[in-house]
Amino acid sequence: MNTRYFRQSARRVTTIVIGGGHAGLAISHYLSALSVDHVVLERGEMANSWRRERWDSLRLLTPNWQNGLPGQCYRGTDPDGYMGMAEVVEFIEAYARRSKAPLHTQTTVTAVSPSEGGYKVATNRGEWHCRTLVIATGAFATPVVPAIAQAFPGSIMQLTPHQYRNPDQLAAGGVLVVGAAASGSQIAEEIQHSGRQVTLAVGEHVRMPRSYRGRDIQYWMHHLDLLDESIEDVDDIDRVRGLSSPQLIGTPEKRDLNLNTLSDMGVKLVGRVAGVQGSRLQFSASLANVSRLADLKMLRLLDAIDEAIEQRGLEADKRPPQRPERGRIERSPPLSLNLANSEIKTVLWATGFRPDYSWLEVPVLDRKGRLRHRGGVVASPGLYVMGLPFMRRRSSSFICGADNDARAITEHLVAYLTGNSARRRVA
Amino acid sequence: MNVYTKIVDNGVDAKALMAAKEALSEAPEAASFQWRARSNWVNGTHCYSEVEQFHGLGEEQSHKRCFRFDADHPEIFASEDNGATPVEYVLVGLASCLTAGIATVAQHRNIQLHSVQATMMGDMDLQGILGIDSEVRNGFEHVKVMFDIDADASPEDIEALVAQSQKRSAVFDIITNPSMVEVEVRS
Repeated sequence: MNTRYFRQSARRVTTIVIGGGHAGLAISHYLSALSVDHVVLERGEMANSWRRERWDSLRLLTPNWQNGLPGQCYRGTDPDGYMGMAEVVEFIEAYARRSKAPLHTQTTVTAVSPSEGGYKVATNRGEWHCRTLVIATGAFATPVVPAIAQAFPGSIMQLTPHQYRNPDQLAAGGVLVVGAAASGSQIAEEIQHSGRQVTLAVGEHVRMPRSYRGRDIQYWMHHLDLLDESIEDVDDIDRVRGLSSPQLIGTPEKRDLNLNTLSDMGVKLVGRVAGVQGSRLQFSASLANVSRLADLKMLRLLDAIDEAIEQRGLEADKRPPQRPERGRIERSPPLSLNLANSEIKTVLWATGFRPDYSWLEVPVLDRKGRLRHRGGVVASPGLYVMGLPFMRRRSSSFICGADNDARAITEHLVAYLTGNSARRRVA
Repeated sequence: MNVYTKIVDNGVDAKALMAAKEALSEAPEAASFQWRARSNWVNGTHCYSEVEQFHGLGEEQSHKRCFRFDADHPEIFASEDNGATPVEYVLVGLASCLTAGIATVAQHRNIQLHSVQATMMGDMDLQGILGIDSEVRNGFEHVKVMFDIDADASPEDIEALVAQSQKRSAVFDIITNPSMVEVEVRS
């Protein structure tokens, strides 16, 4: 890595993009196209979190044909496949090379604060000044672990999906996986398959079949324009932003992943973790209802797909539509578990992720620590964000959503810059 | 945004509720409520309770009048049966909470209700409260709620109403999840 910048005084650049993942590179593409002088700062290597914070077997939930970035669509031989992590890293690296992004790797941002006419960005490799700043550090930077984790006995190993790699790193014995979104349900399946008994604590979740009427579910999401749904189209933006990722897995055989496939393998299903008293873990008795809510929501989606096929003559399997079996929940699932005399040796907290803004010294967070923004335009002039769930559209946190958002954010950013300079000229 | 053409009236002021939701998300401290009841022993297993004051929206509030409830146990327990048993009040609370939720969600989803009846069943093994078998819990082993609903909606939409009402129900949450209960004696 180039170290000639050491001990230099603060460097100036029009725009700084923090984060060298797909979102940061997508916005860099448009900034370059509009000749905006900028740098992309990356704390590690490019696509760092895909390299270091994902488990070994993980594949994307979106098929290859869907993962376009600005100026680059899929040209490989397996459009319906799902990239593994090494392929994702390769894909992002190739994109950065082609787009010649001005990337500074191994550059960790330690603080961002307002300064005269813009922002001061402190890094482990010196200071920068910029007029505009784009936060593209991702929505999944920090695993969320509930406070009750502290009340667990020390003899039990606790992990987050960022630390989990494969079942071999776990002790022999039972595993409690908390959370049944994409991460929790995939990890539960893999660990149960390794011969360890998994208990899966299930709260509200989103269920989807991998394919429906002969096509990948993402094909239908795309053709029903659901991924393009914007923040103007939804009634309760906080609710949709808080939805968990769907129970999906990307495998060559396109198999389904849901509460039924998991319990068929032998995974024990319990309700959401509701509390811990001494060594006794308590589960909510709402399991049947969260399963029913997920089923009904999935059935409404499938109805909408059927309707679109009918009305718009979309190409689909000619066989009559098969509806997935509803979630089978036992009449009285266990409401508690005594950790002291159970087989559980490991707890895996798949309870969601949040962005990390610990370095952000600009007063733009709400009382829940979320960035205050409208469609990625943050509540401080010249500050922008990329890649948050439903930031502008349902696809905002998807790879394929970066293009639209990057273009819109760049337009706003350039208008802001020219507006500023126009005022300065008048003065 | 949803645009509806038919007029639905379940007697729920959905607009006022939405306005309240918006106001309380702006001022979360006003959303802090305290519900209260006062109970007095009468004789035997008979108590009467009163509900009148509560706290919310940053100040003391009051019901339109004081509500009174008698609780007792049936004669087969050698009691005088002056009122419903406390566990039946729990069933009443759950039914009332879910039903109010159904009416509200139906209004929000533009579904006209004609009738909503909840039949409540709480299974309990008395060996618990009588101290006969320490492995039997005191409370309900199983609570079953059966709704009969007549509404202008498909069976799936009615099912979704009931599921959404459970998701947002305070009493359903209180029963299905542990709650901290602190009991003190004033000296």
